[in-house]
Amino acid sequence: MSVQASSAMVDNPWLAQSVEVATVTPELPGVATYHLRFRDAGLNERYRFRPGQFNMLYLPGVGEIAISLSAANEMSGTWDHTIRVAGNVTRTLAGLGVGGELALRGPYGTSWPLDECTGADVILVAGGIGLAPLRPAIHACFTQRKRFGRTTLLYGARSPDMLLYRRDYDVWADRGLNVSATVDRFQPGWSGDVGVVPLLVDRLRPLTPANSVMFLCGPEVMMRYTVRSALERGLRRDQIWVSLERNMQCAVGLCGHCQLGPAFVCKDGPVFRYDKIERYLNVEGL
Amino acid sequence: MSHKPRLAVFKFASCDGCQLSLVALEDELLALAERIDVAYFLEASSRVEPGPYDVALVEGSITTPEDAQRIRQIRRDSRFLVTIGACATAGGIQALRNWADSAEFLRAVYASPEYIHSLATSTPISSHVPVDFELRGCPINKQQLLEVLVSLLGGRRPRTPVHSVCLQCKRRGTVCVTVAQGIPCLGPVTHDGCGAICPSYNRGCYGCYGPCEQPNLESLSDQCQVIGVSRETLVRSLRNSFNGYAPEFRAESDRLAGEEQ
Amino acid sequence: MKAVARPRNSPQSETLLLAKQDFQAFLDQLWQGGYRVVGPTIAQQAIVYDEIRRVEDLPRGWTDEQSGGQYRLTRRDDEAWFGFVVGPHSPKRYFFPPQVAVTQADRTSNGWQFSEVPDQEPPYALLGVRACELAAIAVQDRTFINEQYVDPIYRRRRERALIVAVNCTQAASTCFCTSMNTGPRCTQGFDLALTELPDSFTVEVGSERGADVLSSLPVTRAAPGSLLAAEAARQQAVDQITKGLDTKDIRDLLLSNLEHPRWDEVATRCLSCTNCTMVCPTCFCSSVKEVSDLTGDHVQREREWDTCFNWDFSYMNGGIVRNQIRSRYRQWLTHKLASWIDQFGVSGCVGCGRCITWCPVAIDLTEEVAAIRENPA
Repeated sequence: MSVQASSAMVDNPWLAQSVEVATVTPELPGVATYHLRFRDAGLNERYRFRPGQFNMLYLPGVGEIAISLSAANEMSGTWDHTIRVAGNVTRTLAGLGVGGELALRGPYGTSWPLDECTGADVILVAGGIGLAPLRPAIHACFTQRKRFGRTTLLYGARSPDMLLYRRDYDVWADRGLNVSATVDRFQPGWSGDVGVVPLLVDRLRPLTPANSVMFLCGPEVMMRYTVRSALERGLRRDQIWVSLERNMQCAVGLCGHCQLGPAFVCKDGPVFRYDKIERYLNVEGL
Repeated sequence: MSHKPRLAVFKFASCDGCQLSLVALEDELLALAERIDVAYFLEASSRVEPGPYDVALVEGSITTPEDAQRIRQIRRDSRFLVTIGACATAGGIQALRNWADSAEFLRAVYASPEYIHSLATSTPISSHVPVDFELRGCPINKQQLLEVLVSLLGGRRPRTPVHSVCLQCKRRGTVCVTVAQGIPCLGPVTHDGCGAICPSYNRGCYGCYGPCEQPNLESLSDQCQVIGVSRETLVRSLRNSFNGYAPEFRAESDRLAGEEQ
Repeated sequence: MKAVARPRNSPQSETLLLAKQDFQAFLDQLWQGGYRVVGPTIAQQAIVYDEIRRVEDLPRGWTDEQSGGQYRLTRRDDEAWFGFVVGPHSPKRYFFPPQVAVTQADRTSNGWQFSEVPDQEPPYALLGVRACELAAIAVQDRTFINEQYVDPIYRRRRERALIVAVNCTQAASTCFCTSMNTGPRCTQGFDLALTELPDSFTVEVGSERGADVLSSLPVTRAAPGSLLAAEAARQQAVDQITKGLDTKDIRDLLLSNLEHPRWDEVATRCLSCTNCTMVCPTCFCSSVKEVSDLTGDHVQREREWDTCFNWDFSYMNGGIVRNQIRSRYRQWLTHKLASWIDQFGVSGCVGCGRCITWCPVAIDLTEEVAAIRENPA
């Protein structure tokens, strides 16, 4: 169970708590991981989240955005968010630097159903920066290694220099995660696959469909084709979970922005079991 | 920023009303002046400094060959170019000439028209150079202007609302003048920014802020005709809206005028 | 299924009578009790909600005539005080205000200080609330006061409010509350419910709070003749309702017709102007904007009414999700009549007809549903 950062947050869902940028890890051009720490030490101690959940990050006067947690960093006692510079909030955040202050409310939303997957082979599939919301699930696979069967990461990026967390792949492999990466565009020095992520699903060996679960996060078109490949390989729709993105403002189902059919992506998602959202996800402009 | 950002304000064919919005920011003007260096603003100061400028506010439309050259130089001199007002953004009321014979206007107005060198059209700045941000309105809203400047000072991209005037009428509790009084109103197809002033005085919206995103003009025209507004009146209200040459308004008035013939 | 904002005592069975000549004393009693009394009054050629201090503020002798895209204020041939249906406003704007500050941030020497912005509104007494509006309030209760999260502004205003409902004695051509089972009779969710007679009101008491307000007023027990007259007046409203919406399996009908050609057709008419959602008494969408002073040291977050008809409402870095009028109209109608049921266990439509009257191009949602029902995919 996640713990809200404070009871005030529950009383007033809009009220955020002060955090500071403890360190910044540059990841890719325009992408960095911000290691955030609550200014209130007690709060930092109490805060908990489940893999797949997100926080609202707020910069006064600039705006607020929903960002998935990409790790609980126990070494530094921080809460990590991997963010691509895309708009005013992310650009201002990138300019804050270490010690910079912002505000956080959360965690919000549903999580990867790790608790329901005991004994299963876990296949994590990500595209681009979609690897960030899966990283806490990867970490959970390590800390609860005995709980799961075979664990696999299938990951695609535009080019080899756009592979997120590349420094970690060897460590992850050493800890038992089967990592396969593919890129859309070849660059010299790349010896891995070239092609889209669904091809990795097509080629995945060994695969025991009946005993597998798939967690998926990336651009919607990539997820659609990946699901198609997974279904062709024999997985059922209720063995696949996807993480979705929509405009979010309140994060608590009050503002209406994030609706997809009957779902509020903020509180019924962002993680959905595929069979529950498929009919809406595949309608254009819904 | 190591230096104060340098601001320049330029005028083309226009009435100066939008520039005055900057001066009209009385309460904020001093605080603003502390944070920016006004390098070029003839309306307010005779001090004229050459570029480059961090932010250029451009008022007015392009109506002469000289202006068509001058705006290119301004573009080269300016890092972030903001058009202010309906003239700069859509060609202004003077774009009515685009549907008429401007030479005939010159003959009618001037004793010696041969000394006047003007273009046959009045066109928005964006027809001549790339524009970074367009602030709508006739005149612009000074609070929106302030927001644009504050955003740029903070290194942020300015954002102004894109919704229709109707939304703002409803927020302020104004009763729809079309539905309750049968008054034709451009509110459903017009960009908010004024705060929906006219309907609160029982008048229809004139479209001062130009077309909103994806305006459905054909449907509004159809309905106006149902409530008894003639095509001729519709053509006139769209073209006289200060934004008549904005692509969406222009296409609809041309369509209606075509049907008329 | 969901928690109601405030438990209400079961209505007192005895119906009372309040003479019109004592109504000013009733209003005075409310103001003296600390309430800000809001009720029907005339502004801009329509009957709207605004402050009511004197009985003269009420639209006595006026009525409304409504049809698709048209509303007209006209004289009645009598002096009825509540002889109209519903106007462009609804109680929504008092519990869920069009613009309100939700939090603020102040820069201090120790960094940012984040705090709430206390809501200062005095308690409202809402006068003249119709049955469909009572239903709409109950619908919004489920949105803003749900098991997981609560909107503090809504809850505070809702819990402190006194609701004086007035039964409809007539209907407009746009009314279809009987299809939505929300009216025209006020049956629950009020503190007091009045039915207007020529010289008096019958009064049903719905709560202790309602009873308290009456305690110092010269109310009497309503005689059988008054009860019968009130019943007859209310029946007129039922008899005048002509519009209907067939709600049978409506959720499945709409959600299995997301690619119906009718969405393209309605998009040629729809202006996406937002009027239907703004007048709807249950629509709850909002956006939050930053309002900063020039120094940037004091910032308020202001919540404003927003709507799925706004082009950038579904904005994401990847683009606009609902980038066509077709998508936006479909979102509104399917949400209102179908997915609302999944989300809140009730329809989002109470049959008040405002979206029909106040649509500048007279789009009628009941006709849109009928067209899809007639020719489903």
